[in-house]
Amino acid sequence: MERVAIIGVGQTKYEQNKSGAFAELVYEVTSKALEDAGITVKEVDNVVSVSSDFWDGRTISSMAISDASGAFGKDITTVEGDGTFGALYGMMRILSGHFGVTVVVAHHKGTESNMSGITNTAFDPLVERKLGLDSVSSAAMQARRYMTRYGILEEQIALVSVKNHGNAKRNPLAMLPMDITVEDVMNSRMIASPLKKLDCSPVTDGACALILASEREAKKYSTNKKRVWMLGVGHCADAFRLGDRDLSDTRALKQAAKKAYQMASVEPGDIDVAEVYDAFTYMELMWLEGLGFCDDGMGAEYLERGNFNFDGEIPVNPSGGRLSAHPVQVAGLAAMAECALQLRGEAGDRQVEGAEIALAHGINGLCGQSHCVWILGK
Amino acid sequence: MIRKCLSNLNAYEHLDVLRKGVRQLSDWKEEVEEVVFPGKICVPYTWTVGSTLSKWYGLLRDEGQIWANRCPSCGKVYIPPKAKCLECYKDVNDWVRLPGTGTVETFTVVYYEEPSIQPKKPPFAYGIIKMDGADTGLVHLIDEIDPEKVKVGMRVEAVINEERSGNIFDIKYFRPVN
Repeated sequence: MERVAIIGVGQTKYEQNKSGAFAELVYEVTSKALEDAGITVKEVDNVVSVSSDFWDGRTISSMAISDASGAFGKDITTVEGDGTFGALYGMMRILSGHFGVTVVVAHHKGTESNMSGITNTAFDPLVERKLGLDSVSSAAMQARRYMTRYGILEEQIALVSVKNHGNAKRNPLAMLPMDITVEDVMNSRMIASPLKKLDCSPVTDGACALILASEREAKKYSTNKKRVWMLGVGHCADAFRLGDRDLSDTRALKQAAKKAYQMASVEPGDIDVAEVYDAFTYMELMWLEGLGFCDDGMGAEYLERGNFNFDGEIPVNPSGGRLSAHPVQVAGLAAMAECALQLRGEAGDRQVEGAEIALAHGINGLCGQSHCVWILGK
Repeated sequence: MIRKCLSNLNAYEHLDVLRKGVRQLSDWKEEVEEVVFPGKICVPYTWTVGSTLSKWYGLLRDEGQIWANRCPSCGKVYIPPKAKCLECYKDVNDWVRLPGTGTVETFTVVYYEEPSIQPKKPPFAYGIIKMDGADTGLVHLIDEIDPEKVKVGMRVEAVINEERSGNIFDIKYFRPVN
């Protein structure tokens, strides 16, 4: 099969109350990614945008940013979900043979709306929506189920927050670099038990763009140093209703990861750096288990041993993760951009030495209903 | 540093922040006054509930009874009922009445306020109730108990609302058995 490469990345700084309209964020990251790839908008054949009408507060939100993403006079299509799924669609378009250089771009301005109100509308209006659930209260029930099943303590999930906010100090794009302790997390305000404020990711604004190209075009336009190969990808969804799942189970992620590893012919032990979707502290541990970095229920113990630290066996979320900046839908694409920078050796102070294979992970739906796993390599 | 960052972490208070007009400055705002449009989208919908859930809500509203349905192929019992089995993708046509009792599989106590969506003032508890006679969980409120005393594994029963109109609040909430 023909290979597809990421030949350019562009990101905004991730922050709250970001100045600049949606389209301005998209102009910024598309321009940066094109410049990074060393091409102009003329070389772009099509655009995959990632957006959500509810978050944007307008229908057909992709059309509103078509000019900004360089789609004028070209083909633009949209994925409503995490950016990792947008990148998958971008790769598939190239592999179809019908499309050339592809821009995948995601934008998000969560601080312009209301997170609870919007994620409440993700619930079935015929049953659960009326109960007033949202992404935080449902995640809290998942956290409790996971922690009960495996005997995980609140202090143990708090350590994820300590690690990731600490990592963010090395990332100039992250929103919440912090020196905190487990005690700080434990003393932060209870949001929805067992999740406290510092167990939760912040509402964040930002945008990210990747430029994808087939092997032939990647070699035509970019240098070896800039090229990052999309070695493997897998995705899988669990049941929609929370009650139809065991929320502590990562069966969908396990399937997604298996497909990605098989396609890339790698194993979890081959991964040098991972960006995992830590919308909440406990999620990082669950997802690391589902990705096969340790057995089910063992994530906290491995974390305590330092395995996932910046200087550990597998550095996890050296960017600071979603806990330090969580632009919904952009976040998975930003994880891929971060992995690309790591593989290019351009990750600055947070560079993982000798990183050759990276894993980026995105989720979609409540409590990680759906997962997309990417294996990227030099 | 921590104090500053914590005050920035206003994931649940950002509306208040906007109201107070606290916004980060960037270069262009030194020369141009930023314009912000407040807005709201209100669009009415009438969602058809469909045959399976209409039957479920009808039994709940008219009889005050809680029912589930069972897959004829694998025997899995669903509440809320499903049109097709998750595992087998077969039509689920066998209906079974449940006693309305169950066990708390997981729960949370909500402390943050979002009056626009929440059914009551926090703190209050949500739980996923593994219903007796069913294989799936039902998400609902747990009440008639100090929310901080809710436990995983606690036995609970559905309280049927006296006034019913055919929606999820025809079950008022779950409460501890005894």
